[in-house]
Amino acid sequence: MEFGLSDDQKMMQESIERTLERVSPLERVRKAAGREPFAADVMKALVELGVPGILIEEEFGGLGLSLLDAVLAAEALGRHVAPVPFVASSVMAPLALAGAGSDKQKKAYLPKLASGEIIAGVAISEQAAGAREKAGITAKGGRLTGKTLFVLDFAGADVFIVADRFAGLHIVDAKAKGLGKIQLTTIDATRSLGELAFDTVEAEPLTSGNPAATLDRMIDAGRIMLAADTLGAGGRMIEKAVAYAKERQQFGRVIGSFQAVKHLCAEMVAELEPCRALIWYAAYAFDEFPEQSRRMAAHAKAHTSEVGTFVARTATEVHGGMGFTDLLGLHYWFKRIGFDRQALGGPEKVRHDAAVAQGWVGN
Amino acid sequence: MDLSYSPEYEAFRAEIRAFAEKHGAQAPRGGMAATMAGAREWQKLLIAHGYAARTIPKEYGGYGAEPDVLKSRIIAEEFIALGLPMGMSGQGISMLVPTLLELGSEEQKKKFIGPTLRGEIIWCQGYSEPGAGSDLASLSTRAVEDGDDFVINGQKIWTSTAAQADMIFCLVRTEADKPKHEGISYLLFSMKTPGIEVRPLVTMTGRAEFNEVFFTDVRVPKKDIVGQRGQGWYVANATLRHERGMLGDPNQAGTRLRALIELMQSEDVDGRRLMDNPVMRDRLLKLQARVHAMEYHGLRLLTASLKGEDPGVARLIVKLMGCELNHQLAGFAIDALGELGMLYSGSPHLRNGGDWQSSYMFDLGLIIGGGTAQIQKNIISERGLGMPREPKTAKA
Repeated sequence: MEFGLSDDQKMMQESIERTLERVSPLERVRKAAGREPFAADVMKALVELGVPGILIEEEFGGLGLSLLDAVLAAEALGRHVAPVPFVASSVMAPLALAGAGSDKQKKAYLPKLASGEIIAGVAISEQAAGAREKAGITAKGGRLTGKTLFVLDFAGADVFIVADRFAGLHIVDAKAKGLGKIQLTTIDATRSLGELAFDTVEAEPLTSGNPAATLDRMIDAGRIMLAADTLGAGGRMIEKAVAYAKERQQFGRVIGSFQAVKHLCAEMVAELEPCRALIWYAAYAFDEFPEQSRRMAAHAKAHTSEVGTFVARTATEVHGGMGFTDLLGLHYWFKRIGFDRQALGGPEKVRHDAAVAQGWVGN
Repeated sequence: MDLSYSPEYEAFRAEIRAFAEKHGAQAPRGGMAATMAGAREWQKLLIAHGYAARTIPKEYGGYGAEPDVLKSRIIAEEFIALGLPMGMSGQGISMLVPTLLELGSEEQKKKFIGPTLRGEIIWCQGYSEPGAGSDLASLSTRAVEDGDDFVINGQKIWTSTAAQADMIFCLVRTEADKPKHEGISYLLFSMKTPGIEVRPLVTMTGRAEFNEVFFTDVRVPKKDIVGQRGQGWYVANATLRHERGMLGDPNQAGTRLRALIELMQSEDVDGRRLMDNPVMRDRLLKLQARVHAMEYHGLRLLTASLKGEDPGVARLIVKLMGCELNHQLAGFAIDALGELGMLYSGSPHLRNGGDWQSSYMFDLGLIIGGGTAQIQKNIISERGLGMPREPKTAKA
């Protein structure tokens, strides 16, 4: 019985941390945010560490690691508000191909995803969070029609994994004829989100294995990653708040010596630390106890989102007026947490999925 | 990460099940007072098998096993699963015994640990005073030297089990002229000593879970001190560490959550199950996530202690978060009961013997006791996050 990280896992997380500290400081994030599709240099540094291939089998050029390892990467990316694709391109897309792709499709795409040669966006918002504005994709004769919103890792994507109305999965070339791409402007400028409009667009179906089960796995894994991202971003916000409170002086003393301030810091860390164990368990269950996966992924996402929201606003408040400025840049973390909360289903929707998964209510 | 147990531990689990098969019928049931003799017999049996007092050395009446937190956890898990009563608990076993093992004299260890473990001596804790709660070190119960004795005068409060206790471990001020932390001594004495008066303290639950204890010229031999004279604060801190470990136990939250789910599935309003009310269900789900988080957080701390690692701030949050969670679970159960939640104590239609209502109130006491939530936040921020202490105000 060991509930914790191995030495290898700790080392891996540390090396991602150190790399991001070097290549993705706030100035770099600020430069990329909303202007570049993603920070290609940061992505390149992550490719050198094997991050995009973290879940991809070794035979396809990846590291073949567990979802818990991917969680550690996601946490580090959240800590540094890294402006790079990950949740879709490095987690959900590889799972789609591994779970429902043919050998030929795996060989065609997985090595390129692992090497960072291609980026994959993922369009499953309607299945994960419900359809807005009557969005939805119809598949007929190898062609897709309709629109899908909130496509993750959108900008710079070379291919898209798309779910249709009946949970069928498809892979579409970003340059396919009849595919309309609309970039959405998001609150979190370190992430890219878009809309795809299909007018009888040619697509390759992913029909090996079990596509419907694969879609569920993609959603679970994506939710766990978003939770881990919030864990990282929230943890960093707490560190920043504590550091600021130890430095900032008012009334002739550092504000961190006022209980009103330090109790806020204590509350943040007391709420966030148990999320870490919840996320670790959800990731472990994803690989080891698949029957618990839906429920635990949902709880990890919903609970960490609730705590993340509290941490984001509280850490900002501890910074006083400075926390509210663009200059300090704390808002990048605030917005990252806000994005994580809604993507692939907000807390209420996700908790509803947890209720369904344990038979408390019909779908 | 590996949540499976190695064969050694699976064998240990099987041993406990075999024990339950063989001895389960001997387990005492029902109220504590009625079955004190039965509880003592059961305790003896548990010690003999290593399911109680497991790591206490044999020479002091324990089982004498090497510390193994995993086995301790398996014992707790299996006893809960098998519906067997755990070994005796209480402040003597959980707080005084570890303190004596660490800081007691050989004579004290021999004299007190064995009978305490066997339930032959029941203890109470004389720490808090009306004027010394969170600021415990400002306690003012005086012990004045007189020949071979201390003569004690003063008052303690929040003394649970004082009415049943044979003995008390008590903090008193022996050095009136020293700074507050340096003038305290830790004494052990009989509750039958002349000059002790116990008055029950009725709380908001309607029961007297606590007492006040008054000392008037109570004579205690000077030799019945643990540690050195004036060092009682440091002896007590060893004990408080053990208490904080006890409070906020995630097993209790798990048990409550299961009862809450059962409640939501069995109760109905207007012919509709509570579970079918989406607002109620969402609140239940929020709490379920919190219970899981604390449960796995506990596993994380367990692993850290197995590896001899210091989990840092992660350890310091357990009392605050665990007690709060238990309180929230009870509070939500009352909301789920709605108007049934207004009932109490023997009323018709009362559910579950009024346990939810009672827990909701008693848990607030636990949030306050054993270091208030605000003191916990000081500890978390100061020791866990390295934030500065509140500046000392000048003496008035």
